[in-house]
Amino acid sequence: MKLALKIWRQDGPADAGQMVRYDIDGVSEDSSFLEMLDLLNEQLITSGEDPVAFDSDCREGICGMCGVVINGEAHGPERTTTCQLHMRSFNDGDEIVIEPWRADPFPVIKDLCVDRTSFDRIIQAGGFISANTGSAPDAHATPVPKEDADRAFMAAECIGCGACVAACPNASGMLFMGSKVTHLGELPQGQPERGARVVAMTEQHDLEGFGGCTNLGECTRACPKGIPLNVISQLNADYRRAGYGGSSAD
Amino acid sequence: MTDTVTSTPELIDGVYREGAPIADSKAPGGDIAGKWTTRKFEAALVNPANRRKLSVIIVGTGLAGASAGATLGEAGYQVKSFCYQDSPRRAHSIAAQGGINAAKNYKGDGDSVHRLFYDTVKGGDYRSRETNVYRLAEVSADIIDQCVAQGVPFAREYGGLLDNRSFGGVQVSRTFYARGQTGQQLLIGAYQALERQIAAGTVEMYARHEMLELVVVDGKARGIIARDMVTGEIETHLADAVVLASGGYGNVFFLSTNAMGCNVTASWRAHRKGAYFGNPCYTQIHPTCIPQAGDHQSKLTLMSESLRNDGRIWVPKNAEDCDKDPREIGEDDRDYYLERIYPGFGNLVPRDIASRQAKNMCDEGRGVGPAVDGVRRGVYLDFADAIGRMGEDAVRSKYGNLFDMYERITGENPYQVPMRIYPAVHYTMGGLWVDYDLQSSIPGLFVTGEANFSDHGANRLGASALMQGLADGYFVLPNTIRDYLAKGPFTKISDDDPAVVEAQQTVTSRLEKLLSIDGTRTVDSYHKALGKVMWEKCGMERTEEGLREAIEEIRALKADFWSNVRVLGAADGLNQSLEKAGRVADFLELGELMCIDALHRRESCGGHFRAESQTEDGEALRHDDEYAYVAAWEWGGDDEAPVLHKEDLVYDFIELKQRSYK
Repeated sequence: MKLALKIWRQDGPADAGQMVRYDIDGVSEDSSFLEMLDLLNEQLITSGEDPVAFDSDCREGICGMCGVVINGEAHGPERTTTCQLHMRSFNDGDEIVIEPWRADPFPVIKDLCVDRTSFDRIIQAGGFISANTGSAPDAHATPVPKEDADRAFMAAECIGCGACVAACPNASGMLFMGSKVTHLGELPQGQPERGARVVAMTEQHDLEGFGGCTNLGECTRACPKGIPLNVISQLNADYRRAGYGGSSAD
Repeated sequence: MTDTVTSTPELIDGVYREGAPIADSKAPGGDIAGKWTTRKFEAALVNPANRRKLSVIIVGTGLAGASAGATLGEAGYQVKSFCYQDSPRRAHSIAAQGGINAAKNYKGDGDSVHRLFYDTVKGGDYRSRETNVYRLAEVSADIIDQCVAQGVPFAREYGGLLDNRSFGGVQVSRTFYARGQTGQQLLIGAYQALERQIAAGTVEMYARHEMLELVVVDGKARGIIARDMVTGEIETHLADAVVLASGGYGNVFFLSTNAMGCNVTASWRAHRKGAYFGNPCYTQIHPTCIPQAGDHQSKLTLMSESLRNDGRIWVPKNAEDCDKDPREIGEDDRDYYLERIYPGFGNLVPRDIASRQAKNMCDEGRGVGPAVDGVRRGVYLDFADAIGRMGEDAVRSKYGNLFDMYERITGENPYQVPMRIYPAVHYTMGGLWVDYDLQSSIPGLFVTGEANFSDHGANRLGASALMQGLADGYFVLPNTIRDYLAKGPFTKISDDDPAVVEAQQTVTSRLEKLLSIDGTRTVDSYHKALGKVMWEKCGMERTEEGLREAIEEIRALKADFWSNVRVLGAADGLNQSLEKAGRVADFLELGELMCIDALHRRESCGGHFRAESQTEDGEALRHDDEYAYVAAWEWGGDDEAPVLHKEDLVYDFIELKQRSYK
């Protein structure tokens, strides 16, 4: 395949960036999108040009490290991670525009790499169950209804990639946060901290500069794990139950 | 702790020397079932008020690193945690699919601590240390309790209790799982516990940092030199003890199931500073990966081994059927070769056997799928029977995400057409040598999880990596490292200590060197070339001749690398080529040591098959009289031969047998 790539190049967080065009030939349609960028980088290095910086690690769709906006869509045209997107989803001769996640809480580090530590700080605020090592009762001490366990698992599939934020016109992180609140809130072990958790996480979310949710649903459409919008409903319900109605979480 | 080097002057096989044996792994005496209790009691305690004065550096945030960081933080130590990814949640433990073993015996099918111990020693082909493995089995049940308390959403039955399944190579159901994402769920549990400690102020997190050197002062590990991968700053971090939980080195093969960033640098830098490297040639080839499609490929993707519970593996009986649509090949023309050769275990034989037989079938010309370099390297994993028996919906609920992933990568629908699979490098049983306390041959340097060599012998059973990572991090290390830390307070080290300055200079001069070569070849091209040598000559099947060639080829590649590699850009900012260059330079040195280790071990054992050592019917032949030891390698110096220290493996509780799965 022959492609025209337009890629966001930015030297560092404080520098201005710009779109740069690269023509590439000989791309296999069986290669992944990131393998196509690998090929571009090999060619750039050989010709003495700075390769394009982009993040990726597991390349099997589970670590959440990769993620770019492709032709305006977070992770591109398929509902999957960028690393699992394959070139057979494109046509020979296509022009492909590649940009980093764009959101204030995700500042650009270089080219397509962004800083997502704001997500870690939301988890630090309360996205956990306080159970010190060694303090646990037998795993069968508390049965969990299968439907609750299944819903918790569904929400826990979030990989923290940030596509939801990149897709949202408000740069809201509420799908990410809602999935954690739902994961832990569906389980009996998560009940003691349920109210405090949702309040603390929401405060941190707002402090980081993420926007509020206006129910557009772009986040769930971009989510490679298909986390449904109703985790945000659950987040809002938990927030109200915790006695903090009427704030940005609604 | 280690004997002084008294290596023989003469070279053995032209490539290594032999030093004094390792006399003692520091396990307590007594019956095997009481050793861990004894050790926990004898290990000194640290008063809670003193813990906050003691500091520990942990490199890596996978299961072994994140769990250790959380647990030591909860105990009140000052922890600094490092990872090269942008967040600790990305560590490659996250990609483990199938499950985690634990001797809970919830199914009442005869499981016990002793049986898990026995299965693990047997699965490791009698090349692991009894004492460590018993302890692993002993703490396994606690892991499940801990994870459930943290909110890990394991699969459950309708009654609300946890579900279990049986997993490659064993006949009891002791594997806990969370669909095909068990590693993800366990890691998120450990990550959340770690983040909780970061919020509490006991753990300081350094993401996008890479350890490039170990600081050893007066013979003790006292810190690391790390590079901030965003600013390029070279930072010195000092502490009272250092823990490496930096994972395995499967990426020495370039193509593996590891993440792109997985590397040996932390371990290798420690090795060069005196930490012995145990059994480097013990790598695991996983039988159920998606076959390579072409040269563009950057990694291989594992399909969970749990698929072997319901899928049937076959190739055409006749080579001329290999390019046919598999659905048009009749039952009589299919060879379900694992069920045929191993009727007792069938498709559930251990990984090494399943891998080697797949290779044999393809070598016979009965492989399927596209030919790469002229050979079809693939076998079918067929779910038609399972779909007929359970229905497509049941298969989807059990394996849906794996089937989806397969379709995304190959463009084929596995509900309709059999999957194609082929072995790929997946895990490294070798790693830094540690004693019973998980302490390396450098005092104060501890090694956990895949980075150490300890528990899996020459082959690892399915669902045991997650178990070991969490056992080490939650339950073993926190109990053994306190015995070391209790010797504190330790002498304060200043940033201008000669050992610190020397370590800093090693790092900066190496980075400068890499940037100044300005040759013509990219880092990746060297990595691919190294990987090809390793896979062909130090992979599933090895020969004396091939290994000798590999050693020469790697030496030549290394020399070429240091004179002709091209790394653009500068060291004072994000530079992914520079990061890769440092890792590949270390892989080149490791690759040579792996080949030397493989050359000296003239037996077929566990995950590796030595062509010169096989039975009449072509099965692996071990030599317990000669090789029942751990090969712990000491760094001999640049361009010097490494020094072998043998730790004899003594089996007091399990009888050594040739494995038979027939």
